[in-house]
Amino acid sequence: MATIDSGPGQLPAEDKRPRWERYVHGHHWRNADDEFDAAKIGIWLFLATEILLFSGLFCAYAVFRMLYPEAIAAGSGYLDWRFGAINTVVLLLSSWTIAMAIRCVQLDQQKWATIHLTITWLCAAAFLAIKFAFEYAPKWAEGKRPGNLFSYPYAAETHEPIWWSIYYMATGVHATHVLIGMGLIAYLIVRQRRGYYGPKHYTMMEGVGLYWHIVDLVWIFLFPLLYLVH
Amino acid sequence: MTTVDRGLDHAHDGAHDHGHHDVPYLTPKGGPIATVWDWMTTVDHKKIGVMYLFAVLFMFFIGGVLALALRIELLEPTRVVDGELQGAAFAMLAGGEAAGVASVGSVYNRIMTLHGAVMVFMFIVPGIPASLGNFFLPLQLGAKDVAFPKLNLTSWYVYLFGSLFGVSSMLMTGVDTGWTFYTPYSTTTDGQAQIVLMILAVFILGFSSIFTGLNFIVTTHKLRAPGLGWFDLPLFIWAIYATSIIQVLATPVIGVTFLLLLFERLFQIGIFDPGLGGDPVLFQHFFWFYSHPVVYVMILPAMGIISEVLAVFSRKKLFGYRAIAFSSLAIAGVSFLVWGHHMFTSQGELAAMIFSFLTFLVAIPTAVKVFNWIATLYKGSISFQTPMMYALAFLFLFSIGGLTGLPLGALSTDLHLHDSYFVVAHFHYVMFGGTVIAFLSGIHYWWPKMFGRMYDERWSHVGFWLVFVGFNLTFFTQFFLGTQGMPRRYVSYIDEFTLLHQISTYGSWILGLGFIVHLFVLLHSLVAGPKAPQNPWGALTMEWETDPIPVEHNFRHEPVATHGPYDFEDVVPPGCTEEQFPLPPKEEVRTAH
Repeated sequence: MATIDSGPGQLPAEDKRPRWERYVHGHHWRNADDEFDAAKIGIWLFLATEILLFSGLFCAYAVFRMLYPEAIAAGSGYLDWRFGAINTVVLLLSSWTIAMAIRCVQLDQQKWATIHLTITWLCAAAFLAIKFAFEYAPKWAEGKRPGNLFSYPYAAETHEPIWWSIYYMATGVHATHVLIGMGLIAYLIVRQRRGYYGPKHYTMMEGVGLYWHIVDLVWIFLFPLLYLVH
Repeated sequence: MTTVDRGLDHAHDGAHDHGHHDVPYLTPKGGPIATVWDWMTTVDHKKIGVMYLFAVLFMFFIGGVLALALRIELLEPTRVVDGELQGAAFAMLAGGEAAGVASVGSVYNRIMTLHGAVMVFMFIVPGIPASLGNFFLPLQLGAKDVAFPKLNLTSWYVYLFGSLFGVSSMLMTGVDTGWTFYTPYSTTTDGQAQIVLMILAVFILGFSSIFTGLNFIVTTHKLRAPGLGWFDLPLFIWAIYATSIIQVLATPVIGVTFLLLLFERLFQIGIFDPGLGGDPVLFQHFFWFYSHPVVYVMILPAMGIISEVLAVFSRKKLFGYRAIAFSSLAIAGVSFLVWGHHMFTSQGELAAMIFSFLTFLVAIPTAVKVFNWIATLYKGSISFQTPMMYALAFLFLFSIGGLTGLPLGALSTDLHLHDSYFVVAHFHYVMFGGTVIAFLSGIHYWWPKMFGRMYDERWSHVGFWLVFVGFNLTFFTQFFLGTQGMPRRYVSYIDEFTLLHQISTYGSWILGLGFIVHLFVLLHSLVAGPKAPQNPWGALTMEWETDPIPVEHNFRHEPVATHGPYDFEDVVPPGCTEEQFPLPPKEEVRTAH
């Protein structure tokens, strides 16, 4: 029996158990449960910071919607709600698959966990692909750009540049989060394939899962506010 | 709090060789290169705390030199410093002009901005929590480390990285926006690269702040020693806890604000630009939604130190423990509702009245603390070592700072006083007279535990008096200047203000001298100070239960809380004898017949 105080790397080579079973908690913790609980509190606090980060953007949105309701409505008119709706479905699906991946890891169904994680990653990639190929790129090319970069010749409202600033900043910060999420999920897939996560240890999966849900949740609010207003 | 060898907890101790964990944390690991590498890659909260301490003190030094340069320029109503003057303090003033900055006035604006930005973002916000908090929060909890040691190290490197951005902006002649970066000035003034660097610096430093705060909250929840309930915590922990809540909840807002500012500056996205229909007042709201709560990030840890020091050096149970603990949380809560008082003139009348009212609410929990501290002193057995001198100075100076906040919070008087030297003086009485003075108290109080050596009490008293007198000369005069109409941030002034400005400048020299004395006292202590005993002040919190210099894992055995942190009347302090710290005679209990 290994000592409770050593890291995974120091274990005897002949120990053939999967890595999650050999996992030992950090030296400053009394037991693995405390460590897991602490990590969860940490993640939830981090989610709180995410909400406050986005709240700034939502607040800016509210201010300009109040100041220039026509410009916001006109701007929203340029967006195709169908792309927004597809992306909403894609993200909701990915939220479900990452939750399933965590459940599979808890039940030690490693193959299914990999499949679910892979679907999650593909959904994230699909979201960004739709966003860039069908939304950002054509709009940017038409001159529907933020602020001073705006050069769309047929603007109906004076303050449409502000609308595009809000749109690009809000969805851009969100897309950055999706991109970071893709990196984290890819990391999870590699580690999960190597057997790091299982019924007794899945802290990282749980954390990334929670992060992914908040990314999803932010989009749930962005979609109606940006695409469905009149 | 006695240490009990609980076999259960350290069942693994015997099986695993713990020999190297029982040496003091300062013991070098091999040669110089190995030692430097060990410090650079350490996840030990004590080493990270010490590195933070030296880093923030270095930033304080830079900010201080800039402040002295400002005061020299203000010696005369007209220009004092010209390009030919030499010396470190004037290098920037002279060099800035040589580097093509338009006029001495704009060089002054840059120095003033850098003084503010360095002091706020690189010194006083991380200041106490990241240095003393990092070192002593786990020790006071009886923990081996913070909850997320690697995140702690990350926070340190993020801080270094952010400061690097700030310093490189300075070396490129800096920015002249004021530390508040108000738009549209900050998005249109000269110096694209410098401003972008400075914005990025603030953005990056925010992450370090969030990481530290998040770590401390989780540590307090999950790593308290057995027997250490929430109301057995030292009040320093309560203060740091409240601080951390603000750091975690407010900092993301400055993050998104400065992200928008960055894009505004780079691409003119127009959100804060009135020319494009944007709203510069929105920037002010965003900015102060972070920057007001953050002044409590600056002051709350200081209040925590004061609670510890006042109780220990008056050998008395702290009066109103729960009131002080909850007032910390109350301050943290109310701090989020008062940002509007920085912009009374740029919002509607009703909003201004509401913000004015809410501002007065903050005074209540703050006053609760001050009254409890004074009640703690009553009938205490007070000794006047350096930490206590600074704690008493805090009470005096912070009260002045707090009370002069009231005329600024009241709408009618604020219209006269705002943007004047009265604000500058008020702010410095709270931030310097409050936070820096308490920081000095804390550094001297915990110095023996951090470095295992005592400092020279007599010379540090000399330093104290120089700092105290110098500070008051520098800033008390500025209250008069402000009420007489001297506006803040101006490089020149009318002749009538000359005398007061000169007193202020001479005061700043005395203040600087005081810091030099302290610097030498502490350096002397590191090199030649007598070895510190385990518990020189007879304190009862857990950090004094471990070795004079804590071992790598903080405690040789997990400590167990057996008494409150301030039970000076009932408990002989750990590592001390009753002759050193005699207990008061017990009153006989009379039984009724």
